[in-house]
Amino acid sequence: MNTRTSAIENVVGQMIAVFPNPPSIDLARTLDLAGYRWKAVSSADDAAKSEPVEGWAGAVVMCDEDPEGGWALCRSLRKNDNPVGHVLVLVNGSQLADLEMRDDLYDDFCLSPFHPRELESRLRHMFFTEIRGTRESLVEYSGLILNLETYQASFGGQPLDLTYMEYELLKFLAQNPGKVFSRETLLSRVWGYEYFGGARTVDVHIRRLRAKLGEEHANLIQTVRSVGYRFGQSKWSA
Amino acid sequence: MHDQQKDYVLRTVEERGIRLVRLWFTDVLGNLKSFAISPAEMENALNDGMSFDGSSIDGYSRVQESDVLALPDANTFEVLPWADAKGAEARVFCDIAKLDGTPFDGDPRQVLKRNLGLARDKGYSFYVAPDIEYFYLAPPDSTNTPVLLDEGGFFDLTSTDIPSSLRKETIRTLETMSIPVEYSFHEDAPSQHEIDLRHTDALTMADSVMTFRFVVKEIAALHNVHATFMPKPLENIQGSGMHLHLSLFKGEQNAFYDENDAYNLSDTAKCFMAGLLRHAAEITAVTNQTVNSYKRLVPGFEAPVHISWARNNRSGLIRVPIAKRNSDSATRIEYRSPDPACNPYLAFSVILAAGLRGIQEGYELPVEADANLFEMDNDVLEKMSIHQLPQSLNEALHVMENSTLVADALGDHIFEWFLRNKRAEWRTYKTHISQYELGRYLRSL
Repeated sequence: MNTRTSAIENVVGQMIAVFPNPPSIDLARTLDLAGYRWKAVSSADDAAKSEPVEGWAGAVVMCDEDPEGGWALCRSLRKNDNPVGHVLVLVNGSQLADLEMRDDLYDDFCLSPFHPRELESRLRHMFFTEIRGTRESLVEYSGLILNLETYQASFGGQPLDLTYMEYELLKFLAQNPGKVFSRETLLSRVWGYEYFGGARTVDVHIRRLRAKLGEEHANLIQTVRSVGYRFGQSKWSA
Repeated sequence: MHDQQKDYVLRTVEERGIRLVRLWFTDVLGNLKSFAISPAEMENALNDGMSFDGSSIDGYSRVQESDVLALPDANTFEVLPWADAKGAEARVFCDIAKLDGTPFDGDPRQVLKRNLGLARDKGYSFYVAPDIEYFYLAPPDSTNTPVLLDEGGFFDLTSTDIPSSLRKETIRTLETMSIPVEYSFHEDAPSQHEIDLRHTDALTMADSVMTFRFVVKEIAALHNVHATFMPKPLENIQGSGMHLHLSLFKGEQNAFYDENDAYNLSDTAKCFMAGLLRHAAEITAVTNQTVNSYKRLVPGFEAPVHISWARNNRSGLIRVPIAKRNSDSATRIEYRSPDPACNPYLAFSVILAAGLRGIQEGYELPVEADANLFEMDNDVLEKMSIHQLPQSLNEALHVMENSTLVADALGDHIFEWFLRNKRAEWRTYKTHISQYELGRYLRSL
C-alpha cells in the first residue's frame, strides 16, 4: 500500500493547536494557505480544554514573545494521556539556547521571523515522516489509527473493535480520504469479487461502521447523494 | 475460508488480549447456546471446527453419532464490549456440522442458510428489519408475578427513569456490536420498550436478534432488572411482538418496488405477500411457538388476528408501510404476527419459503382489507374470505403438520422434532388446572 501520497491529506481535516492566541498574521496566513485546520490556544489549560475529541493532530508553538507560556504548552502536550506528536516550535535568534535540553518537547523548530515557504516545508515534512518513516504500516486520519500489521483500529486512543469486513472497508476508505467512491467500486475493491448481496451490502457495512465510530464521528464517512461514500473532508471543501 | 480473514481473527485475539472466545450457536427452540475455548484453540477451531456432544442441546439429539462440529463463522467474530479488567472476551457464531463436515440438519442457522441459498438460486437476497418489543420488570420472585417498573405511556419523555437509561445503554452496546439501531421508544404499555433494528441480510439479522436478546437481558440483569421477551406477560396489556419488515433484492434492485403501481408494489411483492397470506396459518407455529404466543394474537390490541393485508391498517397481518417518496429501496412489507420469543433462523426460513412459493406459483394477492377487522362480524369476514390465524398452539401445530412447505423449509429433522416438542408443551398446558378455573368453578360447581 502507499501511504506516501496521502500524507498531507491525512493531516488535512485534523485540528492543529496554534500558540499564542491570536497568532501573528504571518503565521495564520501560512497555515491557511497550506490548507491546515488550526485553532489558536492561549495557554496549556486552554489547549486541554479546547482539545478535539480525537486529539490534536499537532501543534505550532511560537515562543518568541512568551517563551514561558510556549514551553509550558509543549510540556503539557507531551504529558497528555495521548501525547501529541508533530510539535513545531518557533524561536527567535536569541532563544536558540532554549532548545537545548528540551529535545523531548518538540519535533522540529523554525527560526522566527520565518520564511513562509520554509515553515510550510517543515510542517509538511514533519507530518510526512511521522506517517511514512517510523510507522509505515499505520493509516491515520483525524484520531483514527489503523495498524495494518496487527489489523487493529483505534479512535482517539480507544480500541475500535471491528469485524473483518468492517475493518477492510474502513481501511480502504481511510487510505483514500477525500475521494468519493461508488458502492460498486467499494464492493469490488473491498469485497474483491462479485459479492452476491450486491452493493446494498456496502450500505449495511457503512451503517455499522458509523454506529461503531459513535454519533460524534459518524460523519467521518459521508454519503454523497446518488454517487456513493466519501471518507473525511472533501479536498475541495477543506 | 479466506486465509486473511482467519489471520484477522487470530491477530485480534492476540493483540486485544482475548482471554476466552465464546462459540455461539442456537438450539431448535431459539435459545442461545455457548461454550468457551481458550485463545490457543482458536486457530484449530477456525481450521477444523470444535467437536462437542450435541445430545444435550434441544433439538440436536440423535440416537447415534451425537457428536457434532461447531464451525466458527469468522465474519461474525466480535470482541464483546463488556470486557472486565482481567481481559476481553470475544464471541463468534458457529455453523453446526456433522463430523464429516456436512451441514447438521438440527442446526437452525444451517436451515436458514439453506433457504437463503434457494432464494439466491433465483437471484434474490432477503432483507429483514425487526421491530422488537419487550418488557422491563422487577426480578421475578418464586410466584413469577410480573411487576412493572414504570408507568410510562407511548413516547413518554421520562428521561430519568431506569428503563430509559437501560434502553440507552443497550443501544450503545448493540451499536458497538455491529447492530445499528434505527429507532427506539417507550411502547404503549407501561414498562414496555421497543427497539427497531436497521435492515440487513436475513442471516446477519437472525444472528443479530440472538445477540440482541442476550444484550437486552444481560444489561438489564446488571441493573437488577428482568427483561422479558415473553409474548404476553400481562393479561390486559398489549403483548410484545416482533414485526418484521421484509424485502427481496435482485442485484441492486428492490424486487418489491414498481414505480408504476399505486402502492409502488411490484408483482413480485404482491406474489410474495400472497404466498405469506396463503401459508400464514402453516408457519404460525414457528413464528409464534409458545402457548403464551396465542394470548397476544387476540382482538383489541395491536396484534393481528386475521389473515389479511392493508396499506395502513395495523389490525391486519401484513401492512404495507408508505415508503418515503422516491425511496425505492425502502419499499417493503411488514409481517406483524411473529413474536420475539421465536427462533429467528426458523421464522425467517418459513416466511421466506412462503413468500417464494407465492412468487413461484404466481399466487394472486387478495383484495386489501383496510377496515378495522376487529370491529367486523365473523360472517362478514368469512364472506370476504378473511380467515383467522390459528387460535392456539394446538391449532397451529395441526395446520403445520400437514404442511409440506414447512416440512421442506425446516427439513425433516427439525420439522419432526419441533412438532414432537411442541405437542408435549401443549399437553402439559392442557392438563394444567389454572387459577382461572379454580376461581370460576371450585365454589360454584
